[in-house]
Amino acid sequence: MLIKHCPLREMNKTLYDKIWDIHAINPENDGETLLYIDRHFLHEVTSPQAFEGIEKKGLNPWRLESNVATPDHNVSTQRGKNMDIDKAEHSLSKIQLVELDKNCKKFRVKQHDINSDKQGIVHVIGPEQGLTLPGMTIVCGDSHTSTHGAFACLAMGIGTSEVEHVLATQCLRAKKLANMRINIIGQPKYWITPKDVILHIISKIGTAGGNGHAIEFSGDYIKNLSMEGRMTICNMSIEAGAKVGLVAYDQITESYIRERIDNNDPKMIAALKEWVHLISDTQACFNKEIDVDISNLVPQVSWGTSPEMTINFNDSIPKTAKTQKAIEYMGLANEKNLLNLVFDKVFVGSCTNSRIEDLRATAAAIKGRQKADNILEVLVVPGSRAVQAQAEKEGLDKIFIQAGFSWRDPGCSMCLGMNEDKLSPFERCASTSNRNFEGRQGHLGRTHLVSPYVAGLIAVHGHLPEDIKEYIYER
Amino acid sequence: MKDKIFGIVAQLMIDNIDTDQIIPTEFLKSIKKFGFGDFLFDGWRYLYEGDLDTPIEQRGIRDEFVLNQKPFNRAKILLTGDNFGCGSSREHAVWALRDFGIEAVLATSFGDIFYNNCFKNNVLAIKLNAEEIAKISSFVSKEPFELNISLENKQIEFGDQKVLFDVEDSLIVRVIHNLDDVDITLKEAQTIKDFEAKHLISKPWL
Repeated sequence: MLIKHCPLREMNKTLYDKIWDIHAINPENDGETLLYIDRHFLHEVTSPQAFEGIEKKGLNPWRLESNVATPDHNVSTQRGKNMDIDKAEHSLSKIQLVELDKNCKKFRVKQHDINSDKQGIVHVIGPEQGLTLPGMTIVCGDSHTSTHGAFACLAMGIGTSEVEHVLATQCLRAKKLANMRINIIGQPKYWITPKDVILHIISKIGTAGGNGHAIEFSGDYIKNLSMEGRMTICNMSIEAGAKVGLVAYDQITESYIRERIDNNDPKMIAALKEWVHLISDTQACFNKEIDVDISNLVPQVSWGTSPEMTINFNDSIPKTAKTQKAIEYMGLANEKNLLNLVFDKVFVGSCTNSRIEDLRATAAAIKGRQKADNILEVLVVPGSRAVQAQAEKEGLDKIFIQAGFSWRDPGCSMCLGMNEDKLSPFERCASTSNRNFEGRQGHLGRTHLVSPYVAGLIAVHGHLPEDIKEYIYER
Repeated sequence: MKDKIFGIVAQLMIDNIDTDQIIPTEFLKSIKKFGFGDFLFDGWRYLYEGDLDTPIEQRGIRDEFVLNQKPFNRAKILLTGDNFGCGSSREHAVWALRDFGIEAVLATSFGDIFYNNCFKNNVLAIKLNAEEIAKISSFVSKEPFELNISLENKQIEFGDQKVLFDVEDSLIVRVIHNLDDVDITLKEAQTIKDFEAKHLISKPWL
């Protein structure tokens, strides 16, 4: 990794520098700047205390139209299209759904409620509805807000006190991050997905590798990648320690946005002209820079309890004093590698991998095969009502149901096990989500992070097929 | 005004402790800002799974876990490994530490979002180098297991030794004077309004 000292500059800025400068209200004072926030997303889990905070102070949201809310974290994925919140299964989950509803009505915040056809995981619906626009500063009380950086936005997760602060003042008191660039070089094989790429990067730089930095992802691979793929990559920059991940604006960004805006609106015509500048200058200085060649990348699978504990699907599990705790938790003491592991459940979903491309990848991996006998349950949870509708239009739901999978309603689901979708103790799950922390998907549950394609393969084989490489070339 | 933190140090020398370990998701169903102390490191502290409503006596105590042992069950300072508080942005992690009685966390590095959250709740997050952590660890491994942290001098005292630490003044002043960010920022309301007016004119699509 190349490490450089970058002087303060007026010229030769990074993309992060540019968006920061446009939104910095006052010059830095003792490391702290008031940063103006263009878009604020809210959900039911990290907002109740913030609304209570502004209410106690007698305040209202500073700029109402910047706020958009939706319930996602603990919603049932078997609720159907006309759910009565009062019938939410877990009384504690119900309280948060009711509270979000109440707060949005009280403060007149726009909400895509539980029965809206625009509801979904907040990081899926923002981009899909054109609420996420290039150059914006975007925050949300959720660490995976970095997802929106795929649109050349400065987007980051914040805590609940900051949610309250943004509601009350439209600003963050923030310290500027250092700049890091990861150049992803080479074109991988057909079914090596962006998820494999970002897992590989995290295993290389470590889960603290991006601490204190905003990571810009660039290189040939990114230049040719779809917006969905870029979102998967930026989504997991937080798993590499960076709360901000970004990708420069280009033709691919423009095409995606054009499908979601009024192209004849003079304001948007002006916007499209300005957004082309949302790129790092050619001479921009990055404090850290690393090249990652993915030409020969094979499917990535996490073996441990941190996303950095990821290996090639057929590699040996690293056994050292430092990895012992994770190996014990994951029940791998007697395993040399991951190929003989018998899985119990498969989860396809989360803000990392619940978009239409992800569901297509899982469906492609199945190839008319059935769920393996040892697999108790395969949950396929679309990221939003719009993704769900698109998948149903393409007949993906039928492919999943015929294979014996469970096709669900949108939400965060088993990514964090806040609703009834959970692992039981010691169950082993192949998951397309983003965190394999102890207990993340349920008390004592064992999570292996994989791509949506590998999740599909595990669902029908019951384990990681040794000849997985052959499946990668299947079309 | 709070100018020093003096108390028992509990050691949890593990790297990359994520906020899901500090407080599991189940307890994020509370809509309050307080009452999370019993669930701090829940998965490591108890034998049986529980939720906000499960009586603690039904949970089964893991005696081997440091915060379940005397005198560390009344620790005010936590000494820990690299990248403490990585992962989820849940401020509940800081609320759980605070409600348990932890006033300062000492580590070589912190998750960026967690670090910010600490200072919003008067919990002091102190970054030290590995050598300093080792020195302190060796000292507090013996009775009386205590440290004295001076906030104004940005100094940790133990025995006849001292370690200086660096925290931005803008952050430590919040802990010393228990300041509220919203109150501070609203003093600049006019500046924000002026900026916003120009910003929205130059970017009318926002």
